Amino acid sequence: MTAPGIREADTASLDAREAISTPEQSARARFLRRFKRQVPALIALGYLVLVVLSALCAPLLATHDPLQQNLAGVLQPPGGGHVLGTDDLGRDVFSRALYAGRISLVAAAQAVAVAVLLGVIPGLVAGYAGRRVDAVIMRVTDALMSFPPLILAIAFVGVLGPSLTNAMFVIGVIFAPRFVRLVRGTVLSIREESFIEASRSIGTPTPRVIWRHVLPNALSPLIVQISLTAAMAMLAEASLSFLGLGVQPPDASWGSMIERGFRYTAAAPWLTIFPGLLIALTVLAFNLLGDGLRDSLGREIRRGS
Amino acid sequence: MLRYTLRRVLMIVPLLFLVSLGVFALVLLIPGDPAITISGENATEAQIDATRERLGLNDPVLVQYAAWAGNALTGDLGSSLFSNESVSGAIMGRFPVTVAVTIAAMIVALLIAVPAGIIAALRRGHWQDRGATLFASVGISLPNFWVGILLIMAFALAVPIFPAVGYTPITEGVGEWARGLVLPGLTLGMAVAAEITRQLRGSLSDVMQQDFIRTARANGLRGRAVIAKHGLKNAAVPVVTVIGFQIGFLLGGSVIVERVFGLPGLGDLAIRSVLQRDIPMIQGIVVVTALIVMLVNLVVDLSYGWLNPKVRQA
Repeated sequence: MTAPGIREADTASLDAREAISTPEQSARARFLRRFKRQVPALIALGYLVLVVLSALCAPLLATHDPLQQNLAGVLQPPGGGHVLGTDDLGRDVFSRALYAGRISLVAAAQAVAVAVLLGVIPGLVAGYAGRRVDAVIMRVTDALMSFPPLILAIAFVGVLGPSLTNAMFVIGVIFAPRFVRLVRGTVLSIREESFIEASRSIGTPTPRVIWRHVLPNALSPLIVQISLTAAMAMLAEASLSFLGLGVQPPDASWGSMIERGFRYTAAAPWLTIFPGLLIALTVLAFNLLGDGLRDSLGREIRRGS
Repeated sequence: MLRYTLRRVLMIVPLLFLVSLGVFALVLLIPGDPAITISGENATEAQIDATRERLGLNDPVLVQYAAWAGNALTGDLGSSLFSNESVSGAIMGRFPVTVAVTIAAMIVALLIAVPAGIIAALRRGHWQDRGATLFASVGISLPNFWVGILLIMAFALAVPIFPAVGYTPITEGVGEWARGLVLPGLTLGMAVAAEITRQLRGSLSDVMQQDFIRTARANGLRGRAVIAKHGLKNAAVPVVTVIGFQIGFLLGGSVIVERVFGLPGLGDLAIRSVLQRDIPMIQGIVVVTALIVMLVNLVVDLSYGWLNPKVRQA
């Protein structure tokens, strides 16, 4: 696996036209200019903003109380008084989907946060410290990556008890090795660079070198990985909730809405179609955004990730 | 090659040790007293003591681990807390179903991804490429249980050509068995197909720009032969890696697919054990699936040696 990060050969091969036309442009300006050309990623970003806003404003947008049951009006098809129909307890699917979006988004954010927290520091240590520490950390990540993610998640949740927080913590742990590898790769690729050496030679303490020089260089690939991991975390949450091991009723996430709707596949297909569409679009948006960000990063970084 | 193989096989040992530690530690993670959790809320003091004795929870942790790992090495993974069935027996009984689903998914994935990846790589920038790239992005974004439900709606309910649920053992007819695997295979194979398409497109189009491809062409080799003999073989290493990575995804995904299609496989066993908190069974399933992933990765690594002679000498 090639290590992401700046390497001399790559920097030298920077597109000549780009270098000539924008000599004193900052890296950020170049990034923004490239990103503005990534149409799918821009659409994805717009969609994600919309989803986050609608989740935040769920109480304002909801047409009904998401928990209010109406046993006289169960399994109503979309249209009429309910935009997306009603579920098996007569609850409004549209309003439920809005509130479920909150849970799905927060869950994905939790998992990503755990993965970043558990991944970045061991990654820095592995890349910066000597061989022996590196070897130990890498063996542990290898071991963690030998478990099929979903099966490990199911096992942990089985032991800890089904709850969304448990599920997302476990998902975060499972995704942490990706961040360990990414950060380690970046550190390895730049720790021999002259600006790091220069900083070290004037006596800068190691933590400061890492904080001021190493980490900023790992930031861009990290952001890309965060977007792609958010997509995977969202799918994982949906899967666990579909299996009944994630969010517990009366709370609902998009995944658990599908689980409930699955029992009425023939009679009320809209119960599974709409939440599934929301998951698919949101995950797709995170993936497209991640791809677009990666393609907008400097070629020197883009090549490695 | 022999030295490379030996070294690679030996690398499994520390990995296996760490994995076994992790799996064993699952018991330690049970909040509170595992004996109470396992015996159930209404258990009497005597029952809890019996559970404690049975699980060896009175011994020091290291002794517990040694006993568990020692037994596991001989293939004895303990027995279910509920049915007293042996864990390895239960896993072996469910295994064929999961293997069948996994292989069906891999076949579906390769049938889609190999042509799609090759066409996309050779027609880079054209509509075929854009179509394949779009398919790949969408494919990895679809929740597979949702795909499964949609397939059931379309091909089992609306147009009933395939069974919606259930599994026909191969002993009761190869045709019926295969028919029952089509929808689960499609469901699980879709995301894998997307991943392999992406990887194959990338690595093949890189290879096709290399000098040796131009040389082969200049020597008068036909287009198809260039692609097959020089292009695909050189593009295979990253693709094989991705296929190896997908095994873990497939084993996990089979849990979902088995749930959707009501198949009595390992995944079904896993869910049931989790809901019953059948710890030895959960541990057994995790160990066995992790072992499979490690073995597949071993085979993948060894195949590098065959695909790329440089690796053998390294």
